[in-house]
Amino acid sequence: MPATTPASTGEPAVRVDGLTKRYRRVEAVRGLDLVAPRGRITALLGPNGAGKTTTVECCEGLRRPDTGTVRVLGLDPVRDAPALRPRVGVMLQDGGLPSTVPALEALRHVSRMYARPRDVSELAERLGLGSFARTPVRRLSGGQRQRLALATAVVGRPTVVFLDEPSAGLDPQARLAVWQLVRDLRADGVSVVVTTHQMAEAEALADHVVVVDHGQAIASGTVDSLVGGDGSMHVSVQPLAPHRAEPADAELARHLTDALGRSGHEHSVTTSSLAGTLEVHGPPGPELVHAVTGWARDQELLITSLTTGRRTLEDVFLDLTGRSLR
Amino acid sequence: MSLPVDVPAEQDAAVLHEQQAAPLARRVVAQARVEMRTVLRNGEQLVITLVLPVLLLVGLTRTSLVDLGTEDRIGLVAPGVLALAVMSTAFTSQAIATGFDRRNGVLRLLATTPLGRRGLLTGKVLGIAGIQLLQMAVLVAVSLALGWSPAIAGVPGALLVVVLGTAAFTSLALLVAGTLRAEAVLAVANLLWVLLLAGGAVLLPASLLPAPLAEVAVLLPSGALGEALRTVLTEGAVPLVPVAVLTAWTVLLGGAAVRLFRWH
Repeated sequence: MPATTPASTGEPAVRVDGLTKRYRRVEAVRGLDLVAPRGRITALLGPNGAGKTTTVECCEGLRRPDTGTVRVLGLDPVRDAPALRPRVGVMLQDGGLPSTVPALEALRHVSRMYARPRDVSELAERLGLGSFARTPVRRLSGGQRQRLALATAVVGRPTVVFLDEPSAGLDPQARLAVWQLVRDLRADGVSVVVTTHQMAEAEALADHVVVVDHGQAIASGTVDSLVGGDGSMHVSVQPLAPHRAEPADAELARHLTDALGRSGHEHSVTTSSLAGTLEVHGPPGPELVHAVTGWARDQELLITSLTTGRRTLEDVFLDLTGRSLR
Repeated sequence: MSLPVDVPAEQDAAVLHEQQAAPLARRVVAQARVEMRTVLRNGEQLVITLVLPVLLLVGLTRTSLVDLGTEDRIGLVAPGVLALAVMSTAFTSQAIATGFDRRNGVLRLLATTPLGRRGLLTGKVLGIAGIQLLQMAVLVAVSLALGWSPAIAGVPGALLVVVLGTAAFTSLALLVAGTLRAEAVLAVANLLWVLLLAGGAVLLPASLLPAPLAEVAVLLPSGALGEALRTVLTEGAVPLVPVAVLTAWTVLLGGAAVRLFRWH
């Protein structure tokens, strides 16, 4: 038992500093820092293979960090495991329930490990487990298995919950049910850490997002602070004169930045083009639309569609890495 | 968005632990019960742990298809079937169950609950013990019905040999399950069972095997277990050499399992 315990409630739910973890030749996590505030939903967002699962497995005490420190509720997940286990709920990416045991019995079994578990029947009803309560785990559909695994993660009334890709393979309805349960956990004061490679999930759920790529946290903050005030504009153009080449996007970016500057809006605009569709990142106001349409007239291009919108996490990821998240 | 609520972090971690985890004994017994139910519910496992031993017991005693070189067929067959039952439960059945639990993440998930890794292993061992009690009860009852009269003085010694054999074969099961892929565990566990049954002197004495094999078989954990049970239940005294062999295997396999077992 540790001699010292977290001194105050100011201690975050999870704090990771300089975590590295290597598997034989693969360096899965390379100096990752992360803070998950108490009572909030924190999303680890990143493409597959970014190191999200390894990071949460270090937080769950399932893997030992090579270097760096991991603290959950101020405790070391490996050294203080007996103290932490009753307070931490885990949903693994690959399930983790015995395959021959009927679904409800598996949940009831895990509940027996805790002194004051949640009411199993109530939890089962809430997550709609009733229809497959007697079905062995191996015969459950992907969505049923996910819901059962989620129930298992929360049955012990944990203070911190780690959910690894909780809505992978779920149909939209089941996904909404899972999201609602995660929000209910937050309302109960539970700290939630969820990994996902879906921007929509991070945007819908998370109070705090940590963008992970190549084993490092490359940005973090609230969704609003990450997305910022910038928006994006998608413009599809079609040359009016057949001899004209595809429009050069670098040229457009320069033109738009200049045009905004002349109208008193100092703002840098970036663009990218793909098969006749231009993506413009900048403040999505009337000046930018005006500048784009003026440029299209000068270039003898027909605008076939033009949409504007707020920036998304996808845009943020693209800006940070130059690659698409999907 | 809701505000973070106060979490009783000031409390001593040990106090929280006691508040939130079920008592150790309850956790371990719950795990042992699940392990036992898993075996009893699974048809193939029941065949290998109960049906087959009973069939062998009756078949080898009531028919003379196999020449056992003795008139007291049940006296030879009953201890052999008990040894086989130990091997089936502690090794084949346990290796397959643990191998698939490992692949399916069951070991990792349970390790994150208050059960923990040690509780999980203790639960498994208790589960094996429970299944073996059941096996022994059935097999001893059938043997007695077939006219078996074991040396009563040898019963405590036989229990010791069963415990030792269980330790050796459980270690082997964990070694196989913790190092190979689930499909490979399935193949190895079944193959070893068949090979040891045929040439490992577990069911039938080494003396019935061809010469070079007979000398090797008594040095195997299967042969040591079989020979020890046959001797102690017919003569009443614990034979030292097979017990020493079994102890050596337990230390060797247990050490290897502790070092090489991988949870992921």
